[in-house]
Amino acid sequence: MSAVLELHGVSAFYGPVQALREVSLHVNEGEIVTLIGANGAGKSTLMMTIFGQPRARTGEIVYHGENITAVPTFEIARKGIAQSPEGRRIFPRMSVEENLLMGAQVVNYADYAKNLDMVSELFPRLRERFTQRGGTLSGGEQQMLAIARALMSKPRLLLLDEPSLGLAPLVIKQIFGVLRQLNRETGLTVLLVEQNANQALRLAHRGYVLVNGAITLEGTGSELLALPEVRSAYLEGGH
Amino acid sequence: MAYALQLLINGVTLGMIYGLIAVGYTMVYGIIGMINFAHGDVFMIGAFIGLIVLTALTGITSIPLAIAAAFIVAAVLSGVYGFSIERVAYRPLRGSFRLAPLISAIGMSIVLENYVQVTQGALDRAIPPLLPGGVAVMRQHGFVVQLSFMQVAIVVVTLAVLAVFTWIVTKTPLGRAMRAVEQDAKMAALLGIDTNTTISLTFVTGAALAAVAGVMFLLYYGVIGFYIGFNAGIKAFTAAVLGGIGSLPGAVLGGLLIGLIEAFWSGYGPLAYKDAAVYSILAIVLMFLPSGLLGRHEVEKV
Repeated sequence: MSAVLELHGVSAFYGPVQALREVSLHVNEGEIVTLIGANGAGKSTLMMTIFGQPRARTGEIVYHGENITAVPTFEIARKGIAQSPEGRRIFPRMSVEENLLMGAQVVNYADYAKNLDMVSELFPRLRERFTQRGGTLSGGEQQMLAIARALMSKPRLLLLDEPSLGLAPLVIKQIFGVLRQLNRETGLTVLLVEQNANQALRLAHRGYVLVNGAITLEGTGSELLALPEVRSAYLEGGH
Repeated sequence: MAYALQLLINGVTLGMIYGLIAVGYTMVYGIIGMINFAHGDVFMIGAFIGLIVLTALTGITSIPLAIAAAFIVAAVLSGVYGFSIERVAYRPLRGSFRLAPLISAIGMSIVLENYVQVTQGALDRAIPPLLPGGVAVMRQHGFVVQLSFMQVAIVVVTLAVLAVFTWIVTKTPLGRAMRAVEQDAKMAALLGIDTNTTISLTFVTGAALAAVAGVMFLLYYGVIGFYIGFNAGIKAFTAAVLGGIGSLPGAVLGGLLIGLIEAFWSGYGPLAYKDAAVYSILAIVLMFLPSGLLGRHEVEKV
């Protein structure tokens, strides 16, 4: 198996505050990898650092064998990495359709109709809201739109930051089901950040635990699920 | 009645020119949150490029062809000016404190004015009327309401330019990219949008619109000077604020209103207080609608 994404000793700062401490991890082709950790552990920072926002101050980020540590954010996106980011970041004064078009822009609208069918099937609600402005959607609908927008770019690597946030349990189950399906059928590689560690570890092939900006544990989903320290910290309501 | 109709015609014509300039202010404000105080001078440069082209071509080609060439050359070259101004004076200051690019813009404005004064001379420059004549639309008590062909041309050209511009902003990938950068530049970058290029193209588009306005000003009044950018710029900026800065339809509406206020005040009130009237109305509107007539005030979910 070849690595799609590798981080080697990546540190990142917000001003004087160190948010990531020499993080090393890798995501292999066709894998779903999850990153779990408490609030403020640096999960979202890690997702944004992959895109150079903020830039890694030390270490190296490698995508398909290419060092992308210093590559401009928009060029990283053009290499086939898509992100549904923390806070959803829907364009509020654009319609649902325009938000989806923004996702497809990076691949020049390739397979637009096909991908639109796919995300409409996945989130029928978006179809109903097609001409409505993003800013007027509910939180859950915005979450669906953020994921759909990322999928419209036909990513080779999909970064999902808390896709379950604000969604009903049934919809979460559905999203995780779709991720599994996309992963099996199209080989989509996924890096998933979740607070909902139980479901994430069940879905993922492998996982990493992030504490205070550093990786403390790694293993397969089932290995991590079985570890007592993971169970007590992330699965049984502890913090 | 006839007199008022004449003022209406004059006011709409002037308002179209203000509206075109105002669109450039509001676009740049929308995308990088700064007031480009050099924008009025780009309008002036557009007028001068138009003058140079017209002077060079008069007698060589037909007049409509010369006018069309003046519009196109002025729009393209002013676009280059807009691009360069952003690269030289604003981009290096992006991420700096908010006042820095504003001061830089005022500096840029002074540079451009002096540059034109040095290269084109401090005296007013004139062209002969190129599109004379018109139609009498109404006669009443010996007063003839004139609609000149030039006024018709200005309104038609403005509406055509605005129609193309609206199509670009609402329907094309470039327009969507501009709006995306305006709403969330970081997210736009995550989706593969080159925000620097998008910002450059916004400046180019705004400058081209200002140049079209500049050439129309030249054709309408026949006389221009290096200083015309200041007054027109301030008026257009007022139009953008009146309409709601950041709102494109607002800029056009604001321009029209200011043109009309000026025309009617000049017609019925003391001419010396024309500008005072414009700014008083702006102040009154802002008191009741702080975000302007069509400015945003809806609450967005986050």
